[in-house]
Formats: sequence, C-alpha cells, structure tokens
Amino acid sequence: MLLIRCPYCEKDLPEVEFRHAGEAHLVRPSNITEISDEEFEAYFFLRQNPKGIVFERWRHVHGCGRFFNAARDTVSDKFLTTYKAGEPKPALGESA
Amino acid sequence: MRKYSAFAIAREAFRGHKGWEQQWRSPEPKAEYDVVIIGAGGHGLATAYYLASEHGITNVAVVEKGWLGGGNTGRNTTIIRSNYLYDESAGIYDHAVKLWENLSQELNYNVMYSPRGVMMLAHNIHDVQVFKRHIHANRLNGVDNEWLTPEQAKEFCPPLNIDKNARYPVLGAALQRRGGTARHDAVAWGYARAASARGVDIIQNCEVTGIRRAPAGHVEGVETTRGFIKAKKIGVVAAGHTSVIMQMAGVRVPLESYPLQALVSEPVKPVFPCVVMSNTVHAYISQSDKGELVIGAGTDQYTSYSQTGGLHILEHTLDAICEMFPMFTRMKMLRSWGGIVDVTPDRSPILSKTPVPGLYVNCGWGTGGFKATPGSGNVFAHTIARDEPHPINAGFSLDRFRTGRLIDEAAAAAVAH
Amino acid sequence: MTAPFRIAGKGRLGSAAVARFTFDGKSYAGLQGDTLASALLANGVHLVGRSFKYHRPRGFLSAGVEEPNALVGIERDAARKTPNIRATVQELYDGLQAVSQNRWPSLSFDIGAVNNLGSPFFSAGFYYKTFMWPKAAWKHLYEPFIRSAAGLGVAPDKADPDHYAARYEHCDVLVIGGGVAGLAAALSAAETGARVIIVDEQATVGGTLKAETGTKIDGKDGWAWAQDVANRLAAMDNVRVLTRTTAFGYHAQNMVALVERVTEHLPGPLPELPRERLWQVRAKQVVLATGSIERHMVFPDNDRPGIMLASAGRTYLNHYGVAVGRNVGIYTSNDSAYYAAVDLKKAGVNVAAIIDVRDNPQSAIIDEARSLGITIKTGHVVAGSTGRLRITGMIVKPKAGGPTQTIGVDALLTSAGWTPSVHMFSQSRGKLAYDEATQRFLPGTYVQACASVGACNGTDDLAAVLAEASSAGLSAARAAGVEGGAAAATPQASASESWTGGMLGVPQGVEDKKAFVDFQNDVTAKDIAQAVREGMHSIEHVKRFTTNGMATDQGKTSNMHGLAIAAELLGKPLPQVGLTTFRQPYTPVTFGAIAGHARGKLFDPTRRTAMHSWAEEHGAVFEDVGQWKRAWYFPKAGEDMHAAVNRECQTVRKTAGIFDASTLGKIEVVGPDAAAFMELLYTNPWQKLEPGRCRYGIMLREDGFIYDDGVVGRLSQDRFHVTTTTGGAARVLHHMEDYLQTEFPHLNVYLTSISEQWAVIAVQGPKSRDIIAPLVEGIDISDEAMPHMSVREGKICGVPTRLFRMSFTGERGFEINVPADYGRAVWEAVWAEGQKHGACAYGTETMHVLRAEKGYIIVGQDTDGTVTPDDAALSWAVGKAKKDFVGIRGMKRPDLVRPGRKQLVGLKTKNPSIVLEEGAQIVADPNQPVPMKMVGHVTSAYWSANCGHSIALALVEGGRDRIGQTLYVPMPDKTIEVEVTGTIFFDEKGERLNG
Repeated sequence: MLLIRCPYCEKDLPEVEFRHAGEAHLVRPSNITEISDEEFEAYFFLRQNPKGIVFERWRHVHGCGRFFNAARDTVSDKFLTTYKAGEPKPALGESA
Repeated sequence: MRKYSAFAIAREAFRGHKGWEQQWRSPEPKAEYDVVIIGAGGHGLATAYYLASEHGITNVAVVEKGWLGGGNTGRNTTIIRSNYLYDESAGIYDHAVKLWENLSQELNYNVMYSPRGVMMLAHNIHDVQVFKRHIHANRLNGVDNEWLTPEQAKEFCPPLNIDKNARYPVLGAALQRRGGTARHDAVAWGYARAASARGVDIIQNCEVTGIRRAPAGHVEGVETTRGFIKAKKIGVVAAGHTSVIMQMAGVRVPLESYPLQALVSEPVKPVFPCVVMSNTVHAYISQSDKGELVIGAGTDQYTSYSQTGGLHILEHTLDAICEMFPMFTRMKMLRSWGGIVDVTPDRSPILSKTPVPGLYVNCGWGTGGFKATPGSGNVFAHTIARDEPHPINAGFSLDRFRTGRLIDEAAAAAVAH
Repeated sequence: MTAPFRIAGKGRLGSAAVARFTFDGKSYAGLQGDTLASALLANGVHLVGRSFKYHRPRGFLSAGVEEPNALVGIERDAARKTPNIRATVQELYDGLQAVSQNRWPSLSFDIGAVNNLGSPFFSAGFYYKTFMWPKAAWKHLYEPFIRSAAGLGVAPDKADPDHYAARYEHCDVLVIGGGVAGLAAALSAAETGARVIIVDEQATVGGTLKAETGTKIDGKDGWAWAQDVANRLAAMDNVRVLTRTTAFGYHAQNMVALVERVTEHLPGPLPELPRERLWQVRAKQVVLATGSIERHMVFPDNDRPGIMLASAGRTYLNHYGVAVGRNVGIYTSNDSAYYAAVDLKKAGVNVAAIIDVRDNPQSAIIDEARSLGITIKTGHVVAGSTGRLRITGMIVKPKAGGPTQTIGVDALLTSAGWTPSVHMFSQSRGKLAYDEATQRFLPGTYVQACASVGACNGTDDLAAVLAEASSAGLSAARAAGVEGGAAAATPQASASESWTGGMLGVPQGVEDKKAFVDFQNDVTAKDIAQAVREGMHSIEHVKRFTTNGMATDQGKTSNMHGLAIAAELLGKPLPQVGLTTFRQPYTPVTFGAIAGHARGKLFDPTRRTAMHSWAEEHGAVFEDVGQWKRAWYFPKAGEDMHAAVNRECQTVRKTAGIFDASTLGKIEVVGPDAAAFMELLYTNPWQKLEPGRCRYGIMLREDGFIYDDGVVGRLSQDRFHVTTTTGGAARVLHHMEDYLQTEFPHLNVYLTSISEQWAVIAVQGPKSRDIIAPLVEGIDISDEAMPHMSVREGKICGVPTRLFRMSFTGERGFEINVPADYGRAVWEAVWAEGQKHGACAYGTETMHVLRAEKGYIIVGQDTDGTVTPDDAALSWAVGKAKKDFVGIRGMKRPDLVRPGRKQLVGLKTKNPSIVLEEGAQIVADPNQPVPMKMVGHVTSAYWSANCGHSIALALVEGGRDRIGQTLYVPMPDKTIEVEVTGTIFFDEKGERLNG
C-alpha cells in the first residue's frame, strides 16, 4: 500500500484514502465540438503510459476530496512529488 | 525435432535421460529476418509458430529481453474460457478454445489443457441479467455456456458456500464446461520448441532499444542490446511493455499498464474440481495438478511496471475466497507475485496493423490473455503474413478508438441501477 | 517418565512440565517448550513424512522454518484441522494430535512408494512429454490420476471456527530478527527513545544462539544474554517485542507485513483470542537481521530419515536436550559441523566419524574434535547411505576415488555452509551482489530505508556483528529523526564460535543420482542436469522445469545448490545464470490471517435505509443492490413473488403504493454558477428551468455514452437537488468533482452528497395526493399549484421536507424527502394514511414493472455503457442549442451516429402469456444455422398485470424502423415470436401523470 502526500492536507496518508484518476495534464479542448475524430481519440484514449516518471492525478477521496497531481516512478512506485491541481509540471531535476 | 512419447521416456529412462535434445535452439541473431516478433511470451511464440506452420514464413526471430515465457505467460492463473458476450470476442476466444483442444497433439507437448469447467457466480439480480445475456448470446454463437441454480453450482463445486444468508449469496452461475486451465509454462515451451524446430530463432536476453524506420515510414528493423536486426515486418507482442515499444516507433496506443497479483496455496490433495470466478466479490480460484489452490487477485488502481502490488489487494481477494469457501481459511498462502497487464479502454485486445507500414501490434489483453494464446497467435500470424487482418480479428483494430466502434465487454457487465 | 533420547542435564527446558501428544494415533510424552520435532526425536521417532513425488520416507532435516520434509497435519477438532504444518516449528502443547501426510495406508508402508521404483521414468518434466494419447485420456485418466497422487496434506472440509485479527502500526525502527544482531540493533535504537518494534519468528529470541554453547556476550552465556536483552527491551515503553511473529512481506515505502501466531502453541480452543494476527507496520527505518540458513550436503540417498543439518542436530542437543542418535556421523565442507560433533561427543553420544570434503582444513574446533578422539576423514565424501525408514550407514570414499567403506550410523549431520537470508532485502527490491570469495549473495544496492546486519549481511565474526548491529540501530533511529538519548555501549563479545566457507552443489567424485537438492519436491542434481541439457538455461526455466525451490519451504536449503549445479553445467559464472526471485511470503501465511475480520456480515458493509426495519417487520424480501439492501417485494401470507408483484402493481395504479426510494443518490449543486455547471454536466438545458420545477437529466461520459440519469429539482436560483441511480451515487459525485475541480474551476459551485441525509418516501398512484394531503404543512399540493415535475420545501408531519411531484410509475406521484432520522416516523404516518385508501407498500420489482409499462429506462439494465441518448430514444433530453456539455463531441463520432445502431424499443410476445427472459437474444431469421446473426437483446421483461400481457424492452439494431415487424427470440426449447413496438405499454398519452 502506497503512502501518498496530499498537497492540500500536507500529510502522508495511506493509499486507501485516495483514488487514482489517470494521466495528468490532459486538458479538455476548449473547442471540443470542433476537434477531429483523431484529436478526440488522442485526448480521450491515447496515453503516455511511461515506464519511468508518470505525471498522474489522484483524488483524496476519503479525505479532503481534492484532486491533485503527482510525479511517480512507475518502475519503483516511488513518488517524486505531489502538487496541487492547476500547478504546472514541476521540474524534477536530478532525480528525474 | 525428436518426438516425445511414452516410448521416448522409456528409452531415456534406461540411459539416464542423457539423450534428450534441447527443446529449442539458442542461436545468435542473424543479420536479417522476414519477421521479427518482439516478446517471447505465449502470444509471441504462438505467432512465430503459426507464421512458420501455416504461412511458410520461417525466417523469423522472436526477441525477448528476459527469458521466454517469463512475463504474464508464466504469471497468470491459466483460466481458459470463451463465453464472452460480443460476436468478435466469442469469435476469437472460441477460436482459441478449439485450438486448445488439440494443442498438445499439434505441438507434441503436453500443455495439460484441462477442460474441467469454468463457473462464474452471480450474486445479485444484475449479475443474473448479465449472465443470462451472455448465455443466450453464446448459445446462438455456438459457444457452450449454461445456467446453474445455486444447488447445481454446489454440486459442480462442493466447497462452494451457497448459504442464502451469506453477505452476497450465490443466486446462480454460468458454467462453460469446455472452459478450464492449462499448464502455462508448457504452453510457452511447447510453442518455442515447435517454432524452433521449424526454423524460428528465439533470442533471449535481447532487449529491444529502438525501432528503425525508413524515411518513407516503413519499418527497417530493431535496435537491440545484441545489435541491430534488420526486419521486413515487426510484430509487437510485448504485453505490459507495449506502450514503451510502440513509442520507439512513434506510435501512441490506448493502453495503460497495471499491476495484477496472483497467489497459490500450499499443495493439498484434490479438493477443488473446477474453476470458479466471481466478478462481484472478486474471487478467481482453481486447483493445479500439483495441488496448489491458484488464486487470482485484482489490479492495483495505479499504473506501474514494478511487478509488485499492494497487500490490501491480496487481502481483498482472500476475504472473498474465505467468504465463498469458508473451509479454506486455514489454508496457507505459499507464494504471491505480480505481473504487468496492459489494459485498453474497452477491455478488449488490439490485434491490428498500425499507421506504420510493416508494424503490427498484438496487445491489450488485460487480465485475461492466457486463454487466447493459440487463437491470438494464429490470427496475428495471418495479419502479419497477409498484411490484413483475419476475419476473426478484424474488429480488434487500432482505429476503433477513433470511430467509436468499441468491443466493450466491461461496459456490458457494468454495474449500475 | 523419561523419553529415551532425552539426555539428563542437557538443554534449556530444565524441569518443564510434561506435555502428552499423539502422532498417527500413538501416544508420546514431551516437555513444555519442545517443538513437535524435538519431542518426537526425544522418543526416537525420525520417520515423519513422505516426499511429494516418489513418496520416499522422510524425517527431520532442520530445526526451523526451512524444513522441507517434516510436514504434518495438526488436528484440534473436526473443524480445526491444519495441513502442512512444520513439525520443527509447531510448539508442543498438552493434547496435541498430529498425523502424517501423503501416505496410504500408513507412514511406514506406503503404496505410493511404488513411484520410487518408477523414478527413472518420472524424471524432470516427464509429464510434458507423454500422457497425450489418446487425446481424451488426459482429462479422464491421466490427469485425475496425477492429481490424486499430488498434493501433500488434506484441506479442511469444515468452516473455520477460529477468528483472526489485524493491527496497523507505525514505528521509527522495525528490527526483523531477534538473534544477536537484531537484539543489539534494537537495543541501540531503543536507547535513543525511538519507537522500536522487534520481531522474531520463534517462541523466544536468540536465533542461532539456540544451537550454540560457546558464545559469551558481556560476560554472559549467549542465550542468557539474549533473554536479558529481550526482557530489557520489553520493559521499555517505546519498544514492542513480538515473538512467534514472522515478517513475511516487504512492500513499497517500508510497509512490512507481519503475522503473529497467537494461540497455535496453546491447547485450546480459546475463542476469546484470535488464532493469528496480521500486523501492517509502516516503519521509518527497517533493520534486517534475518540471519542465515544452513545448507545440506548433496549426495545419493541423502534424504533418509536420520540425515539432518548439523545445526539442527546441535539445536536439538543444546536447547532441547535431545540426542538425534546414539551413533552419529558428520559430513561437512566447513567448520560449523565440528561444533555439533564436539557437543555430541561431550554429551556422551558416539560420533562415528567426521567426513570432510576439504583436503586439509585447520582450525581450533577441528583440533578440539580430534583431541576428543573423533575420527576425521578429510578429503573424503559421502557417496551414499544405507537403510530404509532410517539411516543405518554412510558410504564413504576418498574424493579422488578409491574404495568405499560403509560406516554404521543411526543419524548423519551434514553441513554445506550457510546461505544468508536475503529474502526480505530482496523483497524490498534491493539488488543483490554475489560475493565470489564466500560464494554467497549479499545485499548490494538498497532502494528503501533499510539496513542489513549480521549473518544476512555476510558478517560472520561475533564482535563485528555486535559493532555493526549497534551502529545500524543507532543510525536507523537518527535517520528516523530521533535526536534524544545517548549511544548505547556496544555489547562485547567475550567468547565466540565462528566459521566461514562451505560448498555449493555436488562434491567431486559423487554421483548425481538420487542426490536430492530439493527434498520435498524430489528434485535431484540429475534432474537439474537434465533441465540444462534440454535447453533450460535461465535459472527460472530450471526452477519451473524441475520444480526446484517451489515446495512449501520455497527453496531455503535448495536454491543455491540448484543454481550452482546449473551454473557449472552451463560453464557460466553463477551470478550470470541468475537468481530466482524471492517471492512473498517468507514462510506460508494463513489465508484467514490475511482476510482478518472480513467474513460473514463483516465481509462488506451493509447499507440500510431509515425504513429498513419497517420493511423487515412487514415481511419484505430484500435484494442486494451494491451494498444496499432494498425491499424487493412485500408478500402477504400465501403469496409467491409473482402474486405479490401483480397485486402491488395493480394496487398502485388503482389506488396508490408507497415505496422506499431512499437509496437513490442525491447531490446538492449549490452556488452562483450552479446552473452553468449543470449545463456542462448534463445534456439538458438548465438555465431556464424555474426554481420549484424539476427536469429529467441525462449525464454522459465524454465518449458520448449514457453514464447516469435522474430527476433534478431546482430549489432556488443557485441550488439544485440532483438525484442519481442507486449504484451511481458515488461515481457521479466523483465525475462532477473531477470536472469542477480540474476542467471548470472557474465556476463557483459546491457539491455535497446528501444521499444519506434525506430519506425518500415515494407515494404513487391516483390517491397519492389524498394520502399525503393531511400530513403536509405549508405547501399547496393541488395540481394547479404543484404540477407534475415540481418541487417544494415545507413540512410534513412537522418535520422539514423537500417534496417532489414526480413519477417513475406514470401515475400521479410524490417523493417525500425528509431528514433520514425522521424517515421511519414519516413513513409510518404516510402508511397509516395510505391504509385508509387501500394503498400498499411496494418493492423494487414492482417499481421495475411499473416503469417498464411506461417505457422509462433503468440505466445499467436498459443501457450498458454503449448506449447513446439517441439509442435510448432520449434525444429530446439533449439540448440542441447547447454549445458544450460533457459528451457533446464523443456522441458525434462515426460509429455513434451510423445507421443501424441498436435502439430501445418495446417487444410484445405473440403469445401474450409468455414472458421473455431478460438477456435473451433476438434474431430476424429463426431458421438460420449457428452462429446466428443476432440483432438485439431483451433488456427488461415482465408480466404486466395492468396490461394483461407480457411486456419487454429491448435494444434492437435499427429498432425504431422495425416497429410493427416480427422478430424472433430463439430459446433452447422453443422460438418465441415477438412484435416490435414502441416503448410505452400503458397510458401512452401520459394522462394519468396529472391525475
């Protein structure tokens, strides 16, 4: 069971309090009605699924209820950082 | 290939088993192949075997970063069934079951296909509706699947708890008698041996690090830790690592890789005669020929390539096992492990050409790919050899995510209301 | 009464009380403090089991968890039978009953031993090469035979009456292992004030000190020192000492799973205590002090009862006071076995000879053995053994070749050296490094916050172990952020035993035939050679092909031997052949311990509505919907489900019915931008909905498929009361929160789940208004003031209500929302009024029938995640003028707008009395061969007492264009003819909604 830091609660808490919510930094196109089928496919279905650092969303569903982002290494399952929704991708420096 | 038989064993018994030949060759990679298959799991090896045996394409290499059969092929709970809802799914999985039925003889390798019945439990009215829908569709598709009352289910599987006062009582079950299990390692080894005998080079400890493409886009070959290997066509059969490999060719795929865990108990005398699955309480169990209870757990919620998962996932599974089979509470978990499963948005596989000429992909089998191994390899070989899908896998195309023509087995079983 | 092999004055059990026990029905006496193994050995019993494949007679190999042979069943009562218990671990209690396994008819005469004669045929992987002809024989003949021959013990056949507990714990430093290293580490960590947990799998701490006699620490005998330290630790408030507790799983972020055996060592049953307890410990730092395990020597017939590890022989002698024989041979490749020889000799046991494969070993302990007059044959090997159910002799010859000699023995102790226990380190995902000089894998690269100390870290010298462990304990406490306390004094080694070396694989000059590597799975050195010959070049292939290391001991004694044999044959350095993965658990763990309390009623929470008890009292039959229990129907005396539902259906349409709708999800959407938010989340337009009015809303996923539906009431300009399906409540809120927080954060809206705050009483039927009228205060419920699809706030029975005028039956109807605490009281008041009008209570089945009569869909039954609003004939609910909502683009993808999609229609059977089966498939041509082209399926089907015929809803390809056509539903026994109709079967004009 992972230990996850909620950036709103500022606490390390067990994974069962959280719900994973898929890849982060995917933005719903503001002109969604105008995009092509290929663009819709890319937005809704295609995923990076990286072996290494993933930027992903979590929700502190059994806590503050907030969505936030995390950078995690999918090989070791180690979290590099978590940050609030809306904040830009952090520069991860050496560790990335 | 020297034939395996009872006589061969008797012969070897008298000379200390010194006369067995290698089951497969361990060649150095050649400079060029007609087809390079990436991934020596069951699906990849089967693809190579059928390329050679059915399409006459023998200048084939299967490259594998570790040891053959070491991925999900050697890590799954070996359940075989074909009672899927949609025509496309029933088509490919039943094609596989038909191949399973003769596979030991075809490969001259006992893969121990054991059709002892797969029983799926219904715990609420929604389950009953969904299972009945499957049973009727299967019947009209020529796939066996029958409804059992709770009492009939218990007769078929005596350890089952059908107490009406259980938290989620068993309301009935769907039984596919042709469903069952097979010996996972033997499937990989049998295909490897038969493919190798037909000229296929199986190159282990050879990790693909890049896919080289011509300026016009067509594939030229694979960069590996053992050098560049030229290839006219490349088939990617890399399960959980498919996204990583496809990225090398510049193709993004609709996949996410999740940890999936399984466990076995200590071996005991025969106590569990069939396979039982319960999607509602999350229990998947059978007993191996060795006597171990083989139990499948669920996936973790996050993507990962770690081949490990959380203990709470195993807890949840064993909760369900002890609830459905209360006499197993004193049994002991001997070994647990994790695999990486590649999951598509509609939980159906992709066996398809790709936007890159000469590049083909077979992935997205999620938690249930083992059962499809022969069928998948068979139609994927066709797809590579003919550069067009076999009618059986035509629906499992990569472009269905653009058109929206999904094969949504998961949605069909979705719980709501 | 003294057991024949118990040596007076030896061991640490002293004058412990006698414990009586039986083995295979025969009575014996042992001492409190014995293991089952030591007690049997004290009685001269060596034969305790049969091997897996060849059914060879087996005795005790070890005195610990690595035991592959001595597995027994422990039977406490009919329901408390446990198979595959290691006799070397099971503590003796008075009344213990053990039985041997995998033998028939008896342990000493086992028919299955015929397999041993056939063993040339049953070589590694033989089953992959045969049993293929004739094809059907695998299923009917070979497999059943193989299955019945396989397996060890017998699974229990009754539900387990014991219970299991679970604990979660945090600490600064978790020390795994209570031997010298673990105790020293725990002590130095604890003295800083750090929160320390130290665990040991045995009944008492001490580790290998249990076997030793020559160790002195801080001037005390080693064992006594260990007990003193444990007592000191246990007395400290910041320390928890857990014995009989195994750390079995090392997970991400230093979460370590432990299992504590609470009652297994006690006579019972003790219903007040859990049998076992699972601990999940999150440690800031972990210190691994897991020790090492001795390996056996590999030689032909090295498996006879009486052949044991030297350390085991020594443990039985020095701790339990039991001699494993009267005339004991020793076979070794390192010095450690000499300590056993010396101890045995000094205890008065004859040592027949020490056979040492080394040519010219030199050390003090060898000199001591020699000075005691023990024969030592260096440069010799044991090439075999004699005996049947017990060893009678060892066959000895010079390593370089020469004549053999059989030396009579009644026990043989062997040692091939010690394998560091790196299981937990490896589970922590640390990388092992191979130390060529000592031929062992040791911790290399760490990836978690842990450290290894002592034997598991390759540290052999006692003083070095104490220094390393004390330092690691202090460092761990400091790394955990504990700044207080002073560094404790490092315990000093006053005297020690020490040795290094050993060997892997089969010694030179020895045959590999029946030279067992893995005892339990009957894997010989020859099997490994065969695997390599057949092309199994990866150690994982060797393991899987031979099953080496896959028995219940998980290869604790066999893995390194197997690896070395394979490496030698492959001509590769050992690390290049690889090491098999150390999988969890370290030793087998009871399912029940992992499942804990989650059984029966606690398997999953049960959700009950405020009116649940009333429904129970009124005879309701319940159905499970998710975690909810919902009243399904209310049978009167003598009624079956069919009769009850018919009555309920007719009563609702004739007078009225009362229904508990509390399980529906309810979400309050509040804020200045509430309407704008609703516009984006639902397909319908909301801006112009007036406060006090309701609308049926459809929610899509971004892919354009129906996700949920429900009636939404606008309470005020900035407040919506949204209802969802019962199953959808949590995910709909999650979906809304997702969009609100991440895609539309500019909207000023708050979302609150109110599902459990409001109980909901639906009153439906022509008399519904009359029933509630006397109870409602402050709301004009006339049709004019409160038309269909409106909502008012006021009071009912004196408590606040949100009163909806809405209908899921097609009748005039109300849904009374009241605070959940008042649910039952208001229900009873409504019921009392209803009685006056002849109303009934109805359940979900009647609800389903009535809504189907009206063609109202149930999301999840009539839709399945692949259905668009248009497919469900709900295009009218999609705001045509809207510029955006979730799903607006997805629903326009090519396949979602193509002609011929499945559409929701009604079906009427040509024979009105036949009710279709939900899930049945529909075809256009009933005479086509299988596989048939299916054009759709039945989603809902009921007998409609109100219509006087059966009704059904179905999803049919191009369904709306087929209305009036005949289709067919092929069933196993008959084909049912149906007519495609519209979806509304009753009151097509909807006049009854308005009374």
